[in-house]
Amino acid sequence: MQKTSVTRKKRVMAVAVAAIAGLSLAACSGGGGGSSSSDLTATGPITVWYSNNATELEWGKQMVEAWNAENPDQKVTGQEIPAGKSSEEVIGAAITAGNAPCLVLNTAPSAVGQFEKQGGLVNLSDFDDGASYIEERSGDIAAQYQNADGDYFQFPWKANPVVIFYNKDLFAQAGLDPENPKLSTYDDFIATSKTLVDSGVAPFAIQPAPTSEFFQMQFDFMPLYAAATGGKQIVEDGKATFADDAGYEVAQFWRDLYDQKLAGQEQYQGDAFADGQAAMAIVGPWAISVYDGVNFGSVPVPTPEATDPADIWTFSDAKNIGLFSACENKGTAWNVLKFATSEDQDGKFLETTGQMPLRQDLPTVYADYFAANPAYVPFGDLASRTTEVPSGPNTVQIMQTFRDAWGKSVIFGEGDVETSLDDAAATIDDLATQP
Amino acid sequence: MTTIVTPPRAPAPESAGAPGPHAKRSLRHRIFGRQPLGLLFSSPYLVFVLAVFAFPIVYSVWISFHDFFFAAPGANPERPFVGLDNYIYAFSNPAVIRSFGNVGIFLLINVPLTVVLSLLLASALNKVVHFRTFLRVSFYVPYVTASVAVVAVWLFLFNGNGLVNSLLGPFAPDPSWLINENLAMPVIAIYVTWKQLGFYILLYLAALQNVPKELYESASTDGAGAVRKFFSVTVPGVRPATLLVLLVSTVTGANLFTEPYLLTGGGGPNGASASPVLLMYQLGIQQGQPDVASAIGVVLVIGVLIIAFVQNRFVGERDS
Repeated sequence: MQKTSVTRKKRVMAVAVAAIAGLSLAACSGGGGGSSSSDLTATGPITVWYSNNATELEWGKQMVEAWNAENPDQKVTGQEIPAGKSSEEVIGAAITAGNAPCLVLNTAPSAVGQFEKQGGLVNLSDFDDGASYIEERSGDIAAQYQNADGDYFQFPWKANPVVIFYNKDLFAQAGLDPENPKLSTYDDFIATSKTLVDSGVAPFAIQPAPTSEFFQMQFDFMPLYAAATGGKQIVEDGKATFADDAGYEVAQFWRDLYDQKLAGQEQYQGDAFADGQAAMAIVGPWAISVYDGVNFGSVPVPTPEATDPADIWTFSDAKNIGLFSACENKGTAWNVLKFATSEDQDGKFLETTGQMPLRQDLPTVYADYFAANPAYVPFGDLASRTTEVPSGPNTVQIMQTFRDAWGKSVIFGEGDVETSLDDAAATIDDLATQP
Repeated sequence: MTTIVTPPRAPAPESAGAPGPHAKRSLRHRIFGRQPLGLLFSSPYLVFVLAVFAFPIVYSVWISFHDFFFAAPGANPERPFVGLDNYIYAFSNPAVIRSFGNVGIFLLINVPLTVVLSLLLASALNKVVHFRTFLRVSFYVPYVTASVAVVAVWLFLFNGNGLVNSLLGPFAPDPSWLINENLAMPVIAIYVTWKQLGFYILLYLAALQNVPKELYESASTDGAGAVRKFFSVTVPGVRPATLLVLLVSTVTGANLFTEPYLLTGGGGPNGASASPVLLMYQLGIQQGQPDVASAIGVVLVIGVLIIAFVQNRFVGERDS
């Protein structure tokens, strides 16, 4: 009887062992299945995924309808990207499972290197007019979307150039000039921030997310580093560039804001700018429609010394289009991609979403739109002066390394920022060259 | 001396040399057992365990010894054997070491607190006459409520301008709870204890029904008070449940993910609340290094098994 009990216990333990291990490891298994055609001219029905953002959804639906009306034999089925922790994880899982759609009109540049390494993306440069179409549409800025070999595994689609939004009402309450805020240099920005907080109009002057997600560096360090350096990427030729004087100054600027409690170290639940908890926000034009109820203005991100706004660069916050290798009808997919990024559809996208197509000479091509919507003019101008995240398969790792160092030295004030950036740069030098 | 004759369960083979029908039956018994139909009934779960748990475990161990990344069907990348490289890479990273320390702190707070509180509350609930159902449901509600929803309440309580700091006034910690390196993990441990408590209380309530009332009566006759009865009758009486609570709370605690992901913004501040599973998610899913993530997972599983073995040794073995 005792033996039976022990045997049963062993069996229970064996199942428990399996359960324990399964809980920890189930997420790490991979799958497979499905097939795809390497024929770049095949035509037929395709599926596209677009963002679930309300305005993008509106544009996406009309684009699909317009295509289907003209091409009934190559029907496009559009759907929102399935829900997940992030679009990139959903797309990554779809690549592994072999059921990715033909096009995803919301592909983050930070994920493209990994998708390419996975064999999930089609090289757009392989289409006869691939590279030429991209470069004619986007101009010189297209180059930062190439991989190390000069190929395009992503289509540069649209940007949300990051600027500073400020609440005019709170500025006025603090005795600041809401029409000409002093925010152009680091010193001015900090002085203005101090006035705002000291006057009690808001708990914080600005509240970028202080959390440790890798992509948060796109909304504090990267815009200011691009502005301070005239558009230098944070990794160039396989080497980290940010551990230089400009990088140190940007980091020290943000650390001063955190040290002086002008920026909050704790994540705000909600939108601090919309809720009046912060007098400024660092965002792109997508936010114009979101902040409908706030009387706000926008200025370029600050620079160490006063700089002509026409020379100021920023981070793109771009989302691009990927054509996925699981697609059976790549010819149709490429044609739909070109249709969706035609001058006509780009104009409709701009009108519907307020986001900037990555198209050269944007202010002149859509002059009527910008005349009717002056709030968007600075963004149209900035769209041609944006930097991007580093390319390659280790982009997320590089960004997480930077973010961890940033969180420690800048947000929570441990150690000095220069050593922190130097150490991060040394690690990133290794990562940038790894396959 | 008395000889007890019992009918044999299975007749002995008729001869040792040639296998007869009884020998065949014995072989069948050895393979399929006395109730072959039972295998049929249990096979769906067996298949489930093999497909959902056993295969991923074996595959993950294999991944952890290879240069592996997720690839599209047909990509067929090379996946060379790399020995312990993934383990060395993972555990050369101070963040990984720290995450194991963090989860150790978590378990040290969460597991004892869970056992003590759930046993005390279950014993109290077992004696309650009025509002019994209401109280049981009240303790169970946090367990069945989605973490995302409950985390929002705790953020409201413990953020810098939250209710707790408002009540504490000048005694509020600075930096505040969730951005304080020394307090973030304890807050998460207390949150998880509170959230899971209802489930463990139910386990103990079920176990308490099996403690013979005669034991309490005998103890009373011997002059034992309430405290003595609790330690001498209740605690030994629910020992199997205690082992289960220990094992389950350790396993779920070691798999901590949602709380640091949501409550402290991804394991902050400075990785003070990052757990191994959170890092596995970052490395394996976000950063495209499932091989390194698997190595961490394998070590975590081994660690949990060692803890479970020790718990079983000290709490459960006395039964057998």
